[in-house]
Amino acid sequence: MSLLVFDGLLLFSIVSLAWATLTSSDERLSVILFMAFGLVLAVAWGRLLAPDVALAEAAIGAGLTGALLLAAVRGQPRPLLPGATHAPRKQGAAGVTVVLRLAVTLLSAALAGTLAWALLHAFSSTPHDLLPRAISENLEASGVSNPVTAVLLNFRAYDTLLELAVLLTAVLGIFALDQATPGYQPAGPVFDGLVRWLVPVLILMAGYLLWVGAHAPGGAFQAGATLAAAGVVLRLAGRSRTGLPDGYMLRIVMAAGVGVFLLVGLTLLLLGRPFLGYPPAWAGSLILLIETAAMLSIAATLLLAFLGGQPESTGVKAAANRQREEISRC
Amino acid sequence: MIDILSSILILAGVFFYLAGSIGLLRLPDLYSRLHALTKADNLGLGLLIAGLTLHSPELLTILKLLLIWLAVLAASATSAHLIARQARRQETGA
Repeated sequence: MSLLVFDGLLLFSIVSLAWATLTSSDERLSVILFMAFGLVLAVAWGRLLAPDVALAEAAIGAGLTGALLLAAVRGQPRPLLPGATHAPRKQGAAGVTVVLRLAVTLLSAALAGTLAWALLHAFSSTPHDLLPRAISENLEASGVSNPVTAVLLNFRAYDTLLELAVLLTAVLGIFALDQATPGYQPAGPVFDGLVRWLVPVLILMAGYLLWVGAHAPGGAFQAGATLAAAGVVLRLAGRSRTGLPDGYMLRIVMAAGVGVFLLVGLTLLLLGRPFLGYPPAWAGSLILLIETAAMLSIAATLLLAFLGGQPESTGVKAAANRQREEISRC
Repeated sequence: MIDILSSILILAGVFFYLAGSIGLLRLPDLYSRLHALTKADNLGLGLLIAGLTLHSPELLTILKLLLIWLAVLAASATSAHLIARQARRQETGA
């Protein structure tokens, strides 16, 4: 009974936070509401006994996406007067906005309907526990004891490889955006003190999440997001390179996830096994190897997305610093 | 015995959360709201975690819970400081 009340409150908070996020007129407030929405959604995933998804939602959905959106809002020119947030729009633009909103609403409704139909279909078809049973029967051969990691890195490793390829494509797009915007001012003593111990703890936590993913909730995506969070904290504290390596090393880190994945798959192919069909004795080590590379790539991708372009290279740094000094003198 | 003690601690934690939230809604200006929110919530979380550690079977779980409390303490103290400093700067126009 009390859990039912809790679930009801949770559902109500999710829907009302989503509504408030969409209808808020202040972009910054909207982003903050979105982050709260992500955290409550993570609790909901926890209630659905999906701690892996809850971790990913809290770290990537609420944390990093929130930081990304806040950085985007910061990058936009803000009106000087608080009353003048709404510049009068042109009549034609307003019409386009209404049509666009209607289209997005209809598409979202269609998507929600399709998902609901698929879910109903999955539950009504017998027997609906076919996949879970297949996973638990073959878990021993997968090299890990966490079924989520077994699916992501072994049974459906193709999907994860393609996901990493999508991330690589995205980061190439970010690289095409030229230099990142100049960073933040150096932090004061209080924030700097926090950064000094928080960043090492975050790095340690990323390693822990990566390792624990083999037998408990965790894995490359959660670990990568935690590592990227350390970089975000560093950037907010005014360290412009945010721990990313320079030059070729950065490119290697960016491509490591897809590269190691492909290398493992192709080597297995040469040894006469199916592509990404790990021998059970080696599966655990191979999964850890791939996940380590994937974590580094995911962290670099998320961090580069937060930077919004290539990080300053050491040669350009001096010039950029000079430019910033000129701006601050004005 | 442990159940009663842990329930008392958790209820006390919830009380401080409630007080902090009421303070956030009712207090007149930003500084007092920040004060109410961060101080009361830090204490509330501490009591909540103290209550939960009594139920934890493993030392590792207890250490993780304590790490969460320490991280939230440091983060909320720092963010309260940053928000208050920014507000102060905007007020003085510096």
